[in-house]
Amino acid sequence: MKTWWWHHIDALRTTLGRLLRTPVATLFNVSVIGVALALPVGLYVAIINLEDLARSLGSDPQLSVFLALDAGSADVKRIAARLQQHPSVREARFVSRDEALKELKASTGLADVIDSLPGNPLPDAFVVLPRGTAPESLEQLRDEIRRWPKVTHVQLDAEWARRLEAGLRAALLAVSLLATLFAFALVAVTFNTIRLQILTRREEIEVSKLIGATDSFIRRPFLYYGALQGLAGGLAAWAIIWAGVSILNGALVDLSRLYAARIELRHLGVEDSASLLVFSAALGWFGSWLSVNRHLAAIEPR
Amino acid sequence: MISFSQVTKRYPGGLEALRGVTLTIEAGEIVFVTGPSGAGKSTLLKLMAAIERPTSGSVMISGQNVGALRPRAVPFLRRKLGLIFQDQKLLFDRSVFDNVMLPLAVTGFERREAARRVRAALDKVGLLAKEKAHPVRLSGGEQQRLAIARAIVHRPAILLADEPTGNLDAAYAAGIGELFRSFNQVGVTVVIATHDEAFAARMKPRHIALKEGKLAR
Repeated sequence: MKTWWWHHIDALRTTLGRLLRTPVATLFNVSVIGVALALPVGLYVAIINLEDLARSLGSDPQLSVFLALDAGSADVKRIAARLQQHPSVREARFVSRDEALKELKASTGLADVIDSLPGNPLPDAFVVLPRGTAPESLEQLRDEIRRWPKVTHVQLDAEWARRLEAGLRAALLAVSLLATLFAFALVAVTFNTIRLQILTRREEIEVSKLIGATDSFIRRPFLYYGALQGLAGGLAAWAIIWAGVSILNGALVDLSRLYAARIELRHLGVEDSASLLVFSAALGWFGSWLSVNRHLAAIEPR
Repeated sequence: MISFSQVTKRYPGGLEALRGVTLTIEAGEIVFVTGPSGAGKSTLLKLMAAIERPTSGSVMISGQNVGALRPRAVPFLRRKLGLIFQDQKLLFDRSVFDNVMLPLAVTGFERREAARRVRAALDKVGLLAKEKAHPVRLSGGEQQRLAIARAIVHRPAILLADEPTGNLDAAYAAGIGELFRSFNQVGVTVVIATHDEAFAARMKPRHIALKEGKLAR
């Protein structure tokens, strides 16, 4: 067990040494990986900021439930109770027909027209705030309430939320596609770096095999190299994004002042940052694993 | 310790390096394998270290059939051997000390004990004063002794040397011969392949002569 640890610590130390001994090459490799990862991650940050913006601009989706004109106060009470007890209803506010008429008069300036009407044409209504915002569950709720007795019409004000969601979903899909492409690029860069390393260390590998090194012993420093390079690339991508968001925030200060509102972009969250680093290290490891498996077997002492 | 029975080695291309060789080397022996170049000396050693596999016949080392060893098991066989090559195979990007450290590093030896052993091996071959030097700065004879130090640092039971005095003058060769004898005296089985008949004769050991892939005597 102790030897095992020594092996790993040793490999890590050797690897760090190799990375630092060729600082220029390392810097370029890390930059390439960093830039490649920064593109999809940057788009992702843009999308989460757009989501924030949408949330702050758009009101929550709500349902308007209109009752039949002949619904009495008993019916109103019954429906109110049913709405309140419904698991997917967060809040239900009763708007009586008189209240609705008053509001209509006040907000539209049609007071004269309304006054000339023989009676109140408006029904009693409820404004329902649902618990979830997913379009499917909203539609389900609408269809369910519509079937209740004394309910004539249910209107779902979620069209906007739905469009936004669809748009962002498409954008996220585009980001995933882009991320896949760049992940492939990262694997390819690592594959090639490791291939060159194996070629330049041919002698060392051959001698190691001759004096009884196992394949995993020989493989280990290369795998560490790939993982560390990937990790450094991930850190570079993170730094690029952080710097980009900071610069934009600096520029947005003026805009905020003009609009007298606080407009600020969000940085990559802790969880997303951690995933970025883990992901880039894992891809680096994978790229070097592919390379090592492909090229190490070719070196057999003769 | 080492036994060959009816071993034939044919290389791709048809060259037959060994033809039906049968021999036994006991534990603790020191044996010279001689013969002109191309007689199969190197092949004989390579078969012992599983660097090559026999085309037919079997090569046994301490009861293990080396020719049929799974690739995974090969490193563990080689840890029991000390190998000295014609072209030495030193690593020129690291110090004398680190070159000798290599066999201990691959087995994950405890660091302080490993350093002690490396110095003991360097002392044995007379290179202790040069442990920090790089192999390029050493003379041909010193490089050869460095290769020997690397081969013995992990205290192998068997030492295999291919042309250890290859391009050294006679005085130097004699020194190296004495070195091998001293390892043999502490119980190491030593097999040396050489075309240098004078060197072999001076040592007066058991002698296996090869000629065109067959035992000559």
